Amino acid sequence: MLTIALIAVPLLMSGLIFVLGQKLARQLALLAGILQLALTVFAAIQLKYGNTSILTFQQNWIGPLGIQYHFSLDGLSIILALLTAISAPLIVYSTFNRTFKSPHVFYGLIWLMIGSMMGAFAAGDAFIFYLFYEIALIPIYFLILIWGSGDDRPKVTMKFFVYTMFGSLFMLASLLYVYAHTSPKTFGFEAMYQAGQSLSVLEQGLVFAGIFIAFAVKMPVFPFHTWQPSTYKAAPTAGTMLLAAIMLKMATFGLIRLVLPMVPDGLAEYGNWALVISVIGIVYASLLAMAQKQFKLLIAYSSVAHVGLISAGILSTNAEAIQGGLFEMLSHGILAIGLFFVYDIIETRLGHDQMDKMGGIRAVNPTFAFLYFIIVMGSVALPFTSGFVGEFLLLLGLSQYSLWLTIFGGLTVVLGAVYMLRSFQMMMLGPENTNTSGFTALTRQEKILLSIVVILVVGLGIFPHPIMDLSNKAVETLLANIR
Amino acid sequence: MEKLVSLIPVFPLVGFLYIIFLGKGLSKNTIGAIGSGAIFLAFITSILVFTTQLHGANPTIVKVIDWITTPKFDIDISFIVDPLSTIYLLFITGVGFLIHVYSIGYMHEDEGFNRFIAYLNLFVFFMLILVLGDSYAMMFVGWEGVGVCSFMLIGFWYKDMANNDAAKKAFIINRIGDLGLILGMCMIFFHTGTLRYDDLFISESAASGLHGWDLHLAAIFLFIGAMGKSAQIPLHTWLPDAMAGPTPVSALIHAATMVTAGIYMVARSSAIFSASDVASDVVMWAGILTAILGATIALTQNDIKKVLAYSTVSQLGLMFTALGMGAYSIAVFHVITHAFFKALLFLGSGSVIHAMGGEQDIRRMGGLKSHLPITHITFLIGTIAISGIPPLAGFFSKDQIIAVAFEENMIMFVLASVVSALTAFYMFRLYFLTFRGSFRGTHEQEHHLHESPKVMTIPLIVLAVLSIFGGFMGFPHAVGHAMHVPHWLDHFLENTVEMEVLDMSVGTESILMILATVIALISMYIAYTKYMKNGELALEDDEITSSTHQTLASKYYIDELYEKIIRRPVDAIAQFARNVVEPKIIDELVKQVSLIPSGLGSVAKAAQNGKLVMYVLAMIAGLIILLSTLI
Repeated sequence: MLTIALIAVPLLMSGLIFVLGQKLARQLALLAGILQLALTVFAAIQLKYGNTSILTFQQNWIGPLGIQYHFSLDGLSIILALLTAISAPLIVYSTFNRTFKSPHVFYGLIWLMIGSMMGAFAAGDAFIFYLFYEIALIPIYFLILIWGSGDDRPKVTMKFFVYTMFGSLFMLASLLYVYAHTSPKTFGFEAMYQAGQSLSVLEQGLVFAGIFIAFAVKMPVFPFHTWQPSTYKAAPTAGTMLLAAIMLKMATFGLIRLVLPMVPDGLAEYGNWALVISVIGIVYASLLAMAQKQFKLLIAYSSVAHVGLISAGILSTNAEAIQGGLFEMLSHGILAIGLFFVYDIIETRLGHDQMDKMGGIRAVNPTFAFLYFIIVMGSVALPFTSGFVGEFLLLLGLSQYSLWLTIFGGLTVVLGAVYMLRSFQMMMLGPENTNTSGFTALTRQEKILLSIVVILVVGLGIFPHPIMDLSNKAVETLLANIR
Repeated sequence: MEKLVSLIPVFPLVGFLYIIFLGKGLSKNTIGAIGSGAIFLAFITSILVFTTQLHGANPTIVKVIDWITTPKFDIDISFIVDPLSTIYLLFITGVGFLIHVYSIGYMHEDEGFNRFIAYLNLFVFFMLILVLGDSYAMMFVGWEGVGVCSFMLIGFWYKDMANNDAAKKAFIINRIGDLGLILGMCMIFFHTGTLRYDDLFISESAASGLHGWDLHLAAIFLFIGAMGKSAQIPLHTWLPDAMAGPTPVSALIHAATMVTAGIYMVARSSAIFSASDVASDVVMWAGILTAILGATIALTQNDIKKVLAYSTVSQLGLMFTALGMGAYSIAVFHVITHAFFKALLFLGSGSVIHAMGGEQDIRRMGGLKSHLPITHITFLIGTIAISGIPPLAGFFSKDQIIAVAFEENMIMFVLASVVSALTAFYMFRLYFLTFRGSFRGTHEQEHHLHESPKVMTIPLIVLAVLSIFGGFMGFPHAVGHAMHVPHWLDHFLENTVEMEVLDMSVGTESILMILATVIALISMYIAYTKYMKNGELALEDDEITSSTHQTLASKYYIDELYEKIIRRPVDAIAQFARNVVEPKIIDELVKQVSLIPSGLGSVAKAAQNGKLVMYVLAMIAGLIILLSTLI
């Protein structure tokens, strides 16, 4: 029941905001976030004490097709539920410095999206997963189209929409293929795993390819990433945060939920290419990040680089990498919110995000520079920040698959430092200039939000254990079912 | 008593947090007292913990909390108390304390005073984590932490972009090393299933699970980490640039403590390195080449801090040469004596720079002896100590490296002796040009010359005393045996690191000691004749005619080389990716492959026509109905 509540609350709140909205939209939206966070923490505690019965829900929906309402929070999905519940109020709060036209639609769409992503994370049935995975696209499409910036955004959003839909078709085909091998017919994960594992290795390899292409577009992984920077750029900051912090995690989480246990032999035998492109993507995106002059694009490409490592790591199929992947999803989400908010702060003050026209912000606003520095450190994966735990475990896991890929992918350690420090130096350091000398102090809202992010980044870096403890057993079970 | 160890890093951490968050209205002296007080408490606690190790106690692991936990990989935040970690504790907190005190005077006029003391505290915190961590992963926490502090302190004066560039360079080059270290950890974990020292070396010897090329490669990866942190060829270029930071930083981080982390790590991994002859040879050769490179460049530098920086590079090289030859405890010995005299020399140079109003060029100095008597005498002691003249500290440690080389590898013996001769020469060159002869600066500077305040000179005096007597902790083996003076340090470390047993007669050892002394004295005499008796001065930049001199003065053009073969190509590739590959190839490919049905465009139109609200409402309603059918 609790799990249903975690999906129902966002959807109901979305409806409520939409109906009641005009005036109270943002307050209601924030309230929803706090409610969601409280419920999720409660769910995590239940899980920790083994009270799993209230975390599962199962009931027939379309009986003849074996489609069920099946939702469950286990050690894996709880991490994503936490990510969603932490991100949601932060994202909503990050918008408090702006006013939006039709705020009830804006915040209603945000919560609609959060609800559907939550549905995908908590799905216990492949069909339900697919359904929510797709539904989440619609609100973000409108968020970008209506509240985004740039005249080309109808084109950009269309590219985004069609591209990801197009990718999903491959997943649908793959899922249906596996579904056809279940008996009795069902989309339930357990049965799908069995059916998948009973396929021949070649079939598994093809099914894997189909699903991976869908996820590769969504994450995105090189060379399927070209929709992403332009979409991030066009989207309003809150939309970008939703995309980067939560939405892409449906794909990385899907790798753990759908791919590893369903087609393990196909992945092992024919999946090498996916690891290779993921790793190429790490380096390629890092290089692109180095070449950017606009801060938002730099963050966009750095996200591609980080996600490439998550993808490669998870596909290497071992406990270290899966744990690292889960933790990195959480960490990346928080850092993405921090980074895009830093972008927002700069953009609202200077009217642009051209890094070469900045410099000296630290001299004018040392608090801001200090907070940004810690976020930078998190995103270059410094130990005792959340970024390290995930990245280190992912590399540790990937190295068990291939040392060469690890060396190549590990370049993110160096290149990440290059582009992140470059951004810090170009924007914050040096003497102030005419552009930045009027850089005003942080508002209360900005200070609070950045401080929360920074506390989370450092706190999770020093105390990752309670989180990892939630997923340890589930990861072991997952791997045991594969071997 | 061992349990106290978890307090040690807490002191500087609290100091840091207190100054950053609550230090705003406090006076500089209060801030200084908090900062150095924190380190002093850590020092006292370190002594207490150290005493537990004096009589051969077993290594103790003190767990603080769980950290990263996965089914197999399971790392706690916990500390190891054993001879190697405690001896490092002592000199980090001891020398660290002196440098904190000195900084109160040195940075007194700086507007960033609070920030400076806070960063120094944070640095000491991470340095302590580095040596106290009970696993490679925990060591890595300190390892990267000190790197960030180094970054913040090199670029301390951040309005000057040159400082920021130096800071960034240091961080990025270190990161290349860190990648090596990460890969080393990956390999160790893959082959042994653990990263804890206890499992690898102490209670069990899981490290023996590494064989053949896996072993060599793992050790070489670890060493790449050391190359970054300890500035060994080819990753040495950041250290001289790091002198952009305030001088106490150069003394603490870039001479006494952080840069010796690489030696600590290799010594900690002595079971791995001693099993790998390939890696040991790599370490030895990289070390000796770096030693020579540093010493030769130091001959021609005219910036007082740059001379000391290249000297540090060179001395670190000697330490790695020792490590490569299996003399782990002797390398650690040299780390400690070097910490004393190099911190002394840097702080002395700071005192000089302070008196000269920021001038660092020794061509503008001279004759400072009478104006800065305490700085002069302590600097001279440091110079004698580093030159390897008995009975000062540097003599004992360096002589033992040379003695090992004599036993192990004649080439190393010759090269190490050459380095030793060069060291004595460039150090006395520096000394004579700075303190002797006549003053060559401006009148204004001369008028302004003054000895530094007590808060700065007392640390100098303490370090000078340590530089004189510090060597006695490691009295030469054979001679010591004959005289019944034990090699205390070797004895202390013998269960912690692999030991090189020197089988040398009293006669051989004595002759080597005499030889080393004579070499140092001759070098000193040459420097004396050249710069004192004949009164030669260092050449101005445009007076350099010899191409060898030019090459050395330009640091073998290595920076220029890296610029040409690494930095610019990488930037060019990045630009190419941005301007050509991404838009013209990848995106184009996507467009070709995906046949976008034009009909889908109508969705967008529907949205713009204001049907959006209906659309969304319908969707929400649908979803809610979907969910509610089941409740």
